Amino acid sequence: MSDALVRNLAIPLAQVLVVLGVASGAVAYMTLIERKILAFMQLRLSPRRVGPHGILQPIADGIKLLIKEDITPTRADKLLFTLAPILTVLPAFTALSLIPFSGGGKFTLFGYEFFPWIADVNVGVVFLLAISSLGIYGIMLGGWASNSKYPMLGALRSAAQMVSYEVPFGFSIIGVLMLSGTASMVGIVEAQRQAHLWYFAPQCLGLFVFFVSGVAETNRLPFDLPEAEAELVAGFHTEYTGMKFAFFMLAEYVSMMVIASIVTTLFFGGWLRPFPNVAALGWLNFGLDHLHPALPGFVWFGLKTFLVLFVYLWLRGTFPRYRYDQLMNLGWFWMIPLSIANVVLTGAVVLLVAR
Amino acid sequence: MFRTEMMDINMGPQHPSTHGVLRLKLVLDGETVTDTDVMIGYLHRGVEKLCESKNYHMIEPYTDRLDYVAAMYENLGYVEAVEKLMGVTVPERAEYIRVITAELQRIASHLVWLGTHALDIGAMTVFFYCFREREILLDLFEAFCGARLTYNAYRIGGLPWDVPPGWTDRVRHFVKIFPERQKEYATLLTKNRIWIGRTKGVGILKAEDAIDFGVTGPCLRAAGVDYDLRKVHPYSVYPRFNFDVPLGENSDTYDRYLVRMEEMRQSLRIVEQALEQLPAGDIMGKVPKRIKPPVGEVYHVVEGPRGELGFYIVSQGEDKPYRMRFRSPSFVNLQALPHMIQGSLVADVVAVIGTLDIVLGDVDR
Repeated sequence: MSDALVRNLAIPLAQVLVVLGVASGAVAYMTLIERKILAFMQLRLSPRRVGPHGILQPIADGIKLLIKEDITPTRADKLLFTLAPILTVLPAFTALSLIPFSGGGKFTLFGYEFFPWIADVNVGVVFLLAISSLGIYGIMLGGWASNSKYPMLGALRSAAQMVSYEVPFGFSIIGVLMLSGTASMVGIVEAQRQAHLWYFAPQCLGLFVFFVSGVAETNRLPFDLPEAEAELVAGFHTEYTGMKFAFFMLAEYVSMMVIASIVTTLFFGGWLRPFPNVAALGWLNFGLDHLHPALPGFVWFGLKTFLVLFVYLWLRGTFPRYRYDQLMNLGWFWMIPLSIANVVLTGAVVLLVAR
Repeated sequence: MFRTEMMDINMGPQHPSTHGVLRLKLVLDGETVTDTDVMIGYLHRGVEKLCESKNYHMIEPYTDRLDYVAAMYENLGYVEAVEKLMGVTVPERAEYIRVITAELQRIASHLVWLGTHALDIGAMTVFFYCFREREILLDLFEAFCGARLTYNAYRIGGLPWDVPPGWTDRVRHFVKIFPERQKEYATLLTKNRIWIGRTKGVGILKAEDAIDFGVTGPCLRAAGVDYDLRKVHPYSVYPRFNFDVPLGENSDTYDRYLVRMEEMRQSLRIVEQALEQLPAGDIMGKVPKRIKPPVGEVYHVVEGPRGELGFYIVSQGEDKPYRMRFRSPSFVNLQALPHMIQGSLVADVVAVIGTLDIVLGDVDR
């Protein structure tokens, strides 16, 4: 194999496979962690039977979903019905290709160098936004193709939700782009290092809008209206069974991870440890930097992402569900004006400081 | 040009939020409800007719199975109706124990309402908290009568058993810990903006409409109508206790939530006083083994957790009732549902079903 082929095909492919594998595993165990955390909040037992403390439960769940009967409703649009879960899950995984999981140095394997991320493109954030909104098409098509009324209502809700929250979702990160002067994910983290400041402080409003819109984008409580099991039974995936159903769930959890990763990268310094420029706090690298300078980054990135995910789960344990019109009101009357205000405010501050 | 089409949608009989086998046929314009057809009868067992072929003792277990969330009240209403028909005097101790268990049952029933109502609106945690406390109550009921759901706890003329040793101390413990636990539910809901948004101004049932529909219980009191059978037509030893009847102002789902929350506090007050006054003595009055009420008829009502629970019995002097009819509050209150959800959204439908606190066993007799 030629050198160029290895650099441009084999290494990216290997990286993609590693990220896919790790993300799938993380999703499987996120379901367990979610059940554990919710069980803790709700004073009940979580999975404890399969493996010690239930740690093999996700594997058992996976096997169960694989061998379950795959039912397609008789009068459903079979092609779209099958395509919908795939359409939902693909963009979610694609978004992971732009997340810088760590920084600080290249890895070397068999003489070839590579970074701890798949791609660092100069329009990374914009591309991520574009990709993350594609998953909704799967939900809409799935709901429509089911030829059933509850999924249909779920799909319509999903479409309206996307329109309402995509706008503030996009606007809320403009402040970060203004501060960092780049749309590259790696560049934004580096800008935070150089500024000696994580952007959650100057961009608290942007963070709030971004996170709330992110929760709405991923259809999680209190915004899980396309699913709304109490009203629409299970909404867009009412008719789905087995692996097709699992694909929707997989997409939901991967999307949550993507949103949490973006929050970490844009607002909490990505892979950076606290006070990354203070040498005296080098012990916060846990000695891992002696093995490889990129290793502590993975730990910090993972920790921060998990904390954001914890907030996701916390919301689920605390809040009731919004009503459809209230969700729209929140999006149009609060989130969009707030995100625009954030842009204006950040612009004014940047101008003043630049002078 | 575009044309809006109405969509018929069946909510139930199998649906997570219809609280049993209730079927609603909704006509939707988008998500707005334009018409509702309430269909019942999926659980119908013909209990009233069955009772006419059983003797008076054998009927009591059937009453358990009507409103299985508040079976103690079904027992109470029935035995009191027969006692009234026969003119039997119940010993004081038995009356006090009946009041204590019945008020604990009201709390247990309201806990099921609160948990499932919150779950309908998406607040899952409250559901588990409520069932934590309900579990303590079910343990108390189990210790008292051996059953956790269908109690068969009272007998015509008194009680089959006295309370077991240490039982009153366990009740006192519950009375002590419950207010703090109730604060936890309130913390999660009462001032929660989403909860307020989902319940305030939703499912309004004004006093005059509630009276027209025959709605009773917390749904009527939330409309500001001061009608509680324990005060209006006192039965048992209720006149001996101090308690308030909570009333609402806005007749909406939020007010019904506040009224039921306060009712739990008031029930606790009654239990506390009844424990203090609990006399010693017999638990069973003088009742013949083979009950044959004199010729006549009786209609007796008690204030159940869902409203006025009535028992109408016609006797021809035999050991079986000639006619037996129940007035179940869930059945009557359910009539108001189409009126309450007209023009609202699908999400409000589940909130209103929850706030009515129906039990389908009580609807389909």
